[in-house]
Formats: sequence, C-alpha cells, structure tokens
Amino acid sequence: MAYDTSDIRKGLKFMMDGAPYTVIEFQFVKPGKGAAFTRTKMKNLLTGAVLERNFRSGEKLEEANVEIKTMQYLYREGETFVFMDTTTYDQVAIPETTIGDDRDFMPENINVEVLFFDNRAVGVTLPNFIEQKITETEPGFRGDTSTNTTKPAKISTGASVQVPLFINAGDVIKIDTRTGEYLERVGRA
Amino acid sequence: MTEERQRLARRRPALEARARVRTALRRWFDEQGFLEVETPARVRAPGQEVHLDAIASADRWLITSPEYAMKRLVGAGFERIVSMGKCWRAEERGHHHQPEFTMIEWYRAQAPLARIAEDCEALVRLAASAAGQGVAFGAPFARVTVRELMREYAGLSLEGDESAAALAEKARGAGVALGTATAWDDCFFQVWLDKVEPRLPALGPVFVFDWPAPLGALARRHPGDPRLVERFELYAAGLELANAFGELTDAAEQRARFESETAARQARGKVVYPIDEALLAALPHMPPTAGVALGFDRLLMLALGAAQIRDVIAFADDEI
Repeated sequence: MAYDTSDIRKGLKFMMDGAPYTVIEFQFVKPGKGAAFTRTKMKNLLTGAVLERNFRSGEKLEEANVEIKTMQYLYREGETFVFMDTTTYDQVAIPETTIGDDRDFMPENINVEVLFFDNRAVGVTLPNFIEQKITETEPGFRGDTSTNTTKPAKISTGASVQVPLFINAGDVIKIDTRTGEYLERVGRA
Repeated sequence: MTEERQRLARRRPALEARARVRTALRRWFDEQGFLEVETPARVRAPGQEVHLDAIASADRWLITSPEYAMKRLVGAGFERIVSMGKCWRAEERGHHHQPEFTMIEWYRAQAPLARIAEDCEALVRLAASAAGQGVAFGAPFARVTVRELMREYAGLSLEGDESAAALAEKARGAGVALGTATAWDDCFFQVWLDKVEPRLPALGPVFVFDWPAPLGALARRHPGDPRLVERFELYAAGLELANAFGELTDAAEQRARFESETAARQARGKVVYPIDEALLAALPHMPPTAGVALGFDRLLMLALGAAQIRDVIAFADDEI
C-alpha cells in the first residue's frame, strides 16, 4: 500500500531510502507558478535522525511495516531485557544495545511502547515521567533547602539522578525519562 | 460560540490593522493616479496556469486572479489601474494559503518592471507603518536573479533553455532527490524549495528577478536574453509576497503559451479551461506595461509578524 502526499499527518509512518520514518511536522507549501508540495519534517525510526523533505503533490510514499505494541518490562537476563505483550502475553527479548541509556529509567513491571519494524523490535519508548523511590543518597545538610545545589541519589533501577539536597533515602521522586532529570518530590520517606 | 468570540477578540488588533492598511494603500494608489477598478469574480476562462485550479461557480469559474480582465482594461486605454479584491484557488490551505484570499493587483502602462518593484517597496513600508506594530523595512530591498540564487545556494548553473532531462540531471548533481518529477517546472521547484527558498529569509526583503522562460506565464521575454522572462517575485520573512511581469503583449506568443499550458493540464489529468479570446484580442492594443499581484493577507502577516494567514483574517476556510 502507498500513501499520497495528502495523507501526510503527524505520526504517519512510511518508508524512505530503505528506512522507516515518522512525520513530526508538515506544512503545505506552493511556490508561485509551481506545484504544491508538503514540507515534511520526519524522524528516522531506527537512528532517531531528523530531516526535512519537500514531497511534491502526487508523489507516493510507501507504507512502513511498523507496529507499536504496549509491553511490560519483566526482567533483565544478561545483555537482554525481556518484555511481555500486555494483550497476547507473548514474550520478546530485546538486546541492551536497542534500549540504550533508557535502561536506567526502566524499572521492572513498567509498561513501555515497543516499536517493531518488519516484526523485529527496533526501539523502546518509556513513559515521559516515572516515579521512583530513592534507595541511596547522602543525608541533606540540616536547614539547607536550596534547590540550586544538588547531590547524586540512586533509584531502584540503579541509575543515579541529581536531586536537591533536601531529598532523603526512601523519598519518592518524579523523573523525566527523556532528560534523566529530577522534577519533584511526590512522596516522603 | 464563546470560543469564536474569544478567537475574534484575539484577532481584533490584526483586523483593525487590516482596515488601516487597506485605507492607507487606497490613498497611496489614489495619490499615484491609479484608478481603482472592479472586475468580475465569475468568469468563463480563469487562469490557464498549470498549477492553479479554479473553483466552479455554477456555469462559470471564480477568478484565480483579476489579471485577464485588467489587461483588457489596459488594452482599452486604462493606463494605471488597481484592483483590491478576492480571488479563489482550489485546495490551497496552509500557513500561507487560504482558498479565498485578497489580492492587490496593479498595472502601469509605459513603465518598466523596475518601477513596479519600487511600488512594492513603498507599499511594504507603508503597510508596516500603517499596521503600527513596530515592524520596519528601512534598508533598500535586495535585488537578485534566479540564476544567481541557483548558483549560490544549489551550485546549479541554470540556463533556462536546457531540456527537462538536462535540468533533472543538474538537480541530481546538486544532490536533490527528484522523486518521480520529470517536467521542467517540477524539477526546478524541487531544487528551489530544497535549496534556495530556505535561504531567502536571511536576505531580508528581496526581489528575485529574471525567471527562466519555461516559468514565463504572461511575462515578455527578457530583451537581453531570450532564455529568461521579465518577471520578479518579492520575498520577505519567508513569505512570497508578490509576482510581477513585464507584460507579454504578443498575442501569438501568448496563445502558444496558453496552448502549451492547456496540453500540460491535460497531461496531468486536470480540468482544461477555455482560452480567453477576449484577452488575446486586447493584447495587441496594450502599450508596454508592467503589472503585479500582491497578496494582501501576506502583506499583513509581514507587517504584523503573524505566523499564519488565519491570524489576519476574520474567518478562515475552516471557520466559516
């Protein structure tokens, strides 16, 4: 199946130069006396690289055989991570190289979105925010509630996050998984 | 309804500026000795151009521009005329496009194309000052040519008389992906959009002169180089504001161009419009003339720093 340029929407997935892409932004453009084009900003689903192309009206875009499934992260087994499809209960092992640094913010039993390309898992997207309990951190200095100064704290996945000095072991904090940054305290020890 | 009330309240300053700019422009044209004319909105023969599609209105078409009727007036001795009215183009929707929009079009008989560029420059400044948003265009606008831009930004040496296949080869050599494009204009605009247009905002308001003959439309041949036509486009802040021609008055050449555009429309499976015989009959009576179409909505976008055309009109196509 092929798409037409008029099918271009945010999130449309299609093949270009042998790789799957998803549309991030698009705009109708029409130079004076010329054909209509769709200026399209898109992301390579395999490499994350973002690029822009102008597709002339009438060009066809090939559908990409990609699928996104919600899966639960079960456990780690050496260099692979095992996930379970939350609807079919099928399990799939995904190598650490595919998951990358996201592993640091992927606690067991969390639901993630797994991207399949030609039925092969090629990417994992975490929820934007997770809440995690601090397992280890130096106690804060008495009376120091400054948020400008930070200290390292360990969360249950083993990752280290910079937190304000008033955070204690046992506190639950909210983290942005895209940046790995502390956002706020959501529960006290 | 509250949503609409809020939206219109938000747009009120832009709509007030719109009225001020319109009044200022009308006064300017009057002072310059222009006669404001109204031409029919519903015609038998809308624009012939390959990439402009007209909207049907019963047994007629809504104009895509007032050009043909205005030229008939010029041919009948109306030497300085302006029209400020609505035009319609099917399926044009985007940040810079609405299917219904306002065009300011004017003609100066016995004047060179450069004079029209001076008019545009004056009107942009006037619009900015009447809009009163602190957007100013003090410095003289740059003047460049299509060939210069193609050479500078795409590394492509454009002649204007190369075959479509030769142009496609040049485009690929410039690293441009052409997809299935084979027509001369499609290859040209793929390079233009990929390589040139994104660089134009950095030049400030800029007149792009000397378009290649295959994009000539209703422009006369360049006296010094028949591979080019006397045409400019005015770009500013990423907006294509105006398109101007040294008008072609040779009826035989105009008929040949209409016929080739008709053939191109047919080849692309588009509706074919009748050739406007009244226009062709008027052309031989036209003195040497230069004319321009300037998008009024886009002029306001520029003067107000608006990001979208809907920001400067009361009711966009999807708000009607």
